[in-house]
Amino acid sequence: MKFYRSHILVCGGTGCSSSGAGALIDRFNEQLKLHALDQEVGVVKTGCFGLCEAGPVVIVYPEGTFYSRVRPEDVDLIVSEHMLKGRIVRKLVYHHETEEPAGQSLNDVEFYKHQTRLALRNCGVIDPEQIDEYIAFDGYKALARALTEMSPQQVIDVLKESGLRGRGGGGFPTGLKWQFCRNSPGEKKYVICNADEGDPGAFMDRSVLEGDPNAVLEAMALCGYAIGSDEGYIYVRAEYPIAVRRLEIAIRQAREYGLLGNGILGTEFNFDIHIRLGAGAFVCGEETALMTSIEGHRGEPNPKPPFPAQQGLFGLPSNINNVETFANIPQILLNGADWFRSMGTRRSPGTKVFALGGKINNTGLVEVAMGTPLRKVIYDIGGGIPKGKRFKAVQTGGPSGGCIPESLIDVPIEYDSLIEIGSMMGSGGMIVMDEDNCMVDIARFFLEFTVDESCGKCTPCRVGTRRMLEILDRIVSGKGEEGDLEQLEILAESINDTALCGLGQTAPNPVLSTIKYFREEYEAHIRDKRCPARHCKELLHLEITDKCRGCTACFRVCPVGAITGQPRARHAIDTSKCIKCESCIEKCHFGAIIKV
Amino acid sequence: MADKQAQLEKLRQVIREHKDTPGPLMPVMQAAQNIFGYLPEDVQIEIAEGLGVTLSEVYGVATFYSQFTLEPKGEHVISVCMGTACYVKGAQAVLDKLADSLGIQPGGTTRDGKFTLLATRCLGACGLAPVLMVDDQVHGRVTPESVPAILAIYEG
Repeated sequence: MKFYRSHILVCGGTGCSSSGAGALIDRFNEQLKLHALDQEVGVVKTGCFGLCEAGPVVIVYPEGTFYSRVRPEDVDLIVSEHMLKGRIVRKLVYHHETEEPAGQSLNDVEFYKHQTRLALRNCGVIDPEQIDEYIAFDGYKALARALTEMSPQQVIDVLKESGLRGRGGGGFPTGLKWQFCRNSPGEKKYVICNADEGDPGAFMDRSVLEGDPNAVLEAMALCGYAIGSDEGYIYVRAEYPIAVRRLEIAIRQAREYGLLGNGILGTEFNFDIHIRLGAGAFVCGEETALMTSIEGHRGEPNPKPPFPAQQGLFGLPSNINNVETFANIPQILLNGADWFRSMGTRRSPGTKVFALGGKINNTGLVEVAMGTPLRKVIYDIGGGIPKGKRFKAVQTGGPSGGCIPESLIDVPIEYDSLIEIGSMMGSGGMIVMDEDNCMVDIARFFLEFTVDESCGKCTPCRVGTRRMLEILDRIVSGKGEEGDLEQLEILAESINDTALCGLGQTAPNPVLSTIKYFREEYEAHIRDKRCPARHCKELLHLEITDKCRGCTACFRVCPVGAITGQPRARHAIDTSKCIKCESCIEKCHFGAIIKV
Repeated sequence: MADKQAQLEKLRQVIREHKDTPGPLMPVMQAAQNIFGYLPEDVQIEIAEGLGVTLSEVYGVATFYSQFTLEPKGEHVISVCMGTACYVKGAQAVLDKLADSLGIQPGGTTRDGKFTLLATRCLGACGLAPVLMVDDQVHGRVTPESVPAILAIYEG
């Protein structure tokens, strides 16, 4: 391995790659060579740094200088100033508009200050395509220790004591899950990693796989040792090509190093891992459906019991965990259960990664100790709501979760407290909504998702969610009737009681939680035929105010000829002709056209 | 026709490689879709016979997963992300604008075979919402106004 005086870390996650990180790496290498610095300065493509909003992100070590929204032409300046002369290029250093521009290094940035990075500890730090870098950061040390110093039962005992709960959203104690599978009789067992991250707005698992794939492989091997399995599958979404490629590289390198395969680390233990690609079906994130899909069938869930630990993949005992759950495990075995319990709360120890998105300034990936209040995540880390708009709600748990209103923003984030207020942790999507988002429409959006993704096996989910969607469609188009809310609640309850899998059972949650906290918004749609957020097109009309200068821009853009008026005089919209395409609002230079 | 023969030969090779692994159907179908671009009936029959499963099983899997398609797609596939983060930031307006500009509905292909328009599940690039993907290239922070410029890149 080569030694360098400085390292330039370029984020190679999906977010930054989309905003042009690939071109930066080539340019850095080219420029370093030009200045004859290529033997002194190394360029590393890492996983996600988390602050996707500021991408493409570049960090220079040892200083820890945090450059944001770097364009290829900025590279020349960073090399000629920072690398050659040791002068930090201040104008490219990240600072949020709410912060003093003095912050130069990563640790000064509000976004990172309040985080505890455990599952993400290597993301954005190491090169995920070099197993040596993972090993240098204590990688595979937990596996080595387990294989040489611990019995399989001792491994499970540490996990049980740690109190780690499933990070996929269910929150089931991981140690207990492993114990069930270990106790299950059978010669052949499987370890499965659920990387079918289907929740819209959640990308934690993708970032872990892209940034630190070896942590997942190590944890799967540990699981194999603990439950008595020699074969594992990673079921990953086909929509994540970068994650798949890095997993393939990591598996190949681990095999070359004897960390996967037969006789791992010179012991008797054998374990190997295969990758299976999903094909675009949300229900396959449900564990029994996922296993049916690996077997090569339509990914429909099966009733439990039998549980996967008894009869899982190919009818054999199987243990299935989520990516983030696995990513925690090597650290727990290295540092002990007490260390892990020192973070988070009594009922939910450790940390949780969230994908912060929607109407928030710092969109990206954050990891906080469990028990952190939502307010801290949204305001201190997330930097609040853009454009001075008012915070309205935050949605957690995706299509299985709910919307949390402003009045509950001080609730600590943990499994049980979120369920108590009608939402759930889910896999970690956290979508912030402001005053412009209509909560009835958001409920309709999630229901539409579930209807589309319902596998159709059981009637409550297949038919029930469709009936609910029909009611919501009526409400947002101004045809709601008295009794609709009660009907929604009745349907929700029976779907919750009778659907086959967790997906169906929780499908009504987005509707129930919005009715609970935003009932007056539903009532405004139904009784007054009014959308308070001015979002639902059929319930609003456009109006030209006295700010109009009569420039005729709106008149010219209107596709249906609904706008009339003389040049230099206030125009008017004929609402009977208007199709509410809002082209006129986009064209108006004076902000004179409003929705009422 | 020689082309089709070469494609079929490639598919048979894939079938031979996967035949004895557990659960081979989906990897074979994914490879087939890569080879042919879609899964027409004769390809499905080839897979069913090659793996010793019924055609209804193959068809059932092909229609269950949204990734598989039974119709050929356009030269460029535009996928507009309809994940939650993109939706709350106005992805619907972007999709509407594209449908309008191309004169097709989501799921459709333009008459000249140039573009296929899809509303897709979360692409996981929520930090850049709203996003769309043309083939493998992700475009972030898209607005209805930036749609013509994006289309122009691929129209040439």
